[in-house]
Amino acid sequence: MHTRRLKALTVLTASCLALVAAAAGACSSAKPGQTQLDVEIFGDMGYRDLYTRYEQSHPGIKIVEHVVSYDDHHKNLQAHLLGGSGTGDIEAIDGGYIAQFRVMADKFVDFRDYGATPGQWLPWKSQQATGANGQLMGLGADVGGLAMCYRRDLFAQAGLPTDRDQVAALWPDWQSYIATGKRFKAGAPDGVAWFDSGSNVFNAIIGQAPVGYTATSNKVVVAENPAVKRAFNLAVEAVQAGESAKLATFSQQWNAGFQRGSFATVACPAWMTDTIKQNAPQTSGKWDIATIPGGSGNWGGSFLTVPKQSKHQKEAAELARYLTAPEQASWIFRTQGHLPSQASLYNDPAVLGNTNAFFNNAPTGQLFTEAAKNLRPQYQGPKDGDIGPLIGLGITRVDKGKQRPAQAWDQVLKDVANATEP
Amino acid sequence: MAVLTPSSVLRRRRNTIRATDNRWSQLRHRFDLSGTPYLYIAPFFVAFGVFGLFPLLYTGWMAITQWNRDIPGSEHTFVGLGNFARLVHDDYFWNALRNTAAIGVLGTVPQLLLAMWIAHLLQRKMRGRTLLRMGVLLPNITSVAAVGLIFAQLFGRDLGLINWGLSLVGIDKVDWQSGTWQSWVALGVILTWRWTGYNSLIYLAALQAVSDDLYEAADLDGASQFQKFRTITVPALRPTIIFSVIMSTIGTIQLFTEPLMFNPGMSPTGGDSRQFQTLAMYVYEQFWTHGKYSYAATVSWAMFMIIVLAVGANYLLSRRIRSSS
Repeated sequence: MHTRRLKALTVLTASCLALVAAAAGACSSAKPGQTQLDVEIFGDMGYRDLYTRYEQSHPGIKIVEHVVSYDDHHKNLQAHLLGGSGTGDIEAIDGGYIAQFRVMADKFVDFRDYGATPGQWLPWKSQQATGANGQLMGLGADVGGLAMCYRRDLFAQAGLPTDRDQVAALWPDWQSYIATGKRFKAGAPDGVAWFDSGSNVFNAIIGQAPVGYTATSNKVVVAENPAVKRAFNLAVEAVQAGESAKLATFSQQWNAGFQRGSFATVACPAWMTDTIKQNAPQTSGKWDIATIPGGSGNWGGSFLTVPKQSKHQKEAAELARYLTAPEQASWIFRTQGHLPSQASLYNDPAVLGNTNAFFNNAPTGQLFTEAAKNLRPQYQGPKDGDIGPLIGLGITRVDKGKQRPAQAWDQVLKDVANATEP
Repeated sequence: MAVLTPSSVLRRRRNTIRATDNRWSQLRHRFDLSGTPYLYIAPFFVAFGVFGLFPLLYTGWMAITQWNRDIPGSEHTFVGLGNFARLVHDDYFWNALRNTAAIGVLGTVPQLLLAMWIAHLLQRKMRGRTLLRMGVLLPNITSVAAVGLIFAQLFGRDLGLINWGLSLVGIDKVDWQSGTWQSWVALGVILTWRWTGYNSLIYLAALQAVSDDLYEAADLDGASQFQKFRTITVPALRPTIIFSVIMSTIGTIQLFTEPLMFNPGMSPTGGDSRQFQTLAMYVYEQFWTHGKYSYAATVSWAMFMIIVLAVGANYLLSRRIRSSS
């Protein structure tokens, strides 16, 4: 019985964490009279220097950061909210999980009580963290934006233009992106695909639709919404034309694909520029970035929240506001590349003027802010995070030749029904 | 009427104390004999109660509600056996059960045969015997997550060592993760690699009870290695084989980490068509990915009952084998 073991494990982990937290509290340098704030995040968000600065200007505050892996972080948060204890004072939540936690918005502090106004952030960003009664449960940290990273050298070999404006002109919409892929395949070296995986293309297409998987009533509309079927059909057309490298995102083979040049384009949020650089440092200068087909998009990004379990809600909310304020977000972008979500920074010359040498000095500031700003707000339901991968699997089945598109779609609908029934 | 002088009061009190003392030491003695054994084993039962029995019963409780992550207050909705009725008609549950059974057979049968043969070979007197005996256990003490990751690489479609080896003998690339049979075979290999040594040590321990005379007599009769294996080793191992079959069956039904790590991207669906999603992975998917807490608890209980059935079948079978031998 696995749940049994899982449960025992969860209990153990929780008690260990409590022990560790207690021990950390006991051993930490928080002096008597100081308030310790525990910040729990799932990756490097670039806050370390900011903590030091904040502690200097707030002598009564001691900040301790705990970093856990992406999956575990969100599972722990879920378990601690259910169990009623164990969360930190500040908890980061990824954009892919925010809709799921929004169902429990009443377990989080409403930042409007602490002076935050939703209008400080991009409209769709704040909307994602707004509960049923209008409470603002999360402050926007970074966003992904979305552009198209492409290999200049492979484009040249296939006889396509390499200049980023000319490349962007090749694909004003997804239909022309797929058509360009067919041209590319005709002239490209053997074994080089047009993009990494059909599910990434699908995600980018559906992200631009006014309605996604869920209606504002929280009803799942995958079967009824023509935009979902249209995005599925486009992605399926592309994989059937042999444009996909059939690589699962974040798998080892996908990582290796960057090194081997297995594909010529990849839908690219701001944070992925760093992924490519780390994965394939030897491809420096071979890459460039152009506008995404359709002109807008987002992938990833995160929020800061304060669970009501926190014993220092006021201090934690103040710290969260400081960490997500425009001045700090701009500094993080300039030093570490996380794209800000604060509306005021979208006219900031320091942000807009940013370029990336690894990508042939592409104007990343301009490209990513443009995509994020143009994104039409799309309502995210609590199940959206589960539904996307299930549709992705359907596209993969077509890609691998296991199913015809109609069969794959039928199974997608069956999978979605299985995932969304109570 | 006796006069209560101070000295008589004192005497009486002393007597009472002596009597109580006696009674106490008697009680202590009796407790020492009959009570302490229970105290000694109590830690196990306390731990089992907290980490075994309570979660088991609580999971059962969850299974008769409709608790869902995304429906606030749903933990108070009771549906009785409704979840179990759903389970019977759930294709994905039966698919997971079939995958688990198939991977179990592919991973256990060759493994136990191999383990017997290795135990048979290690039984012989030879140089470095202890080192070899310890060496076979090495795969078992490596981290299961690391094993899963490394084998996922070995079985990689484009850059995997195994496909490279096959290409040398002229066999086309196999997409191990994508195919149904292919993924079952690959997972069977991982299980075999990990558990063969463990089982051969258990068999080896059982073989210590076999007198060397038997093997020596067989040598004098000119028996081959395989004949000795079949006529001396295997019959001697019979009770131990039953034990290891039961343990492997339970382990198989709980199979989780290896297939999860084997999946590129590590989603608990077990491939794009659920071709190697095991029961435990299905529980994990329903619980963590889809937040269907009650339904996950239902599948867990079904797994529990399957284990009970499997062990029961094993027990009956082993009784028949024992009485026939």
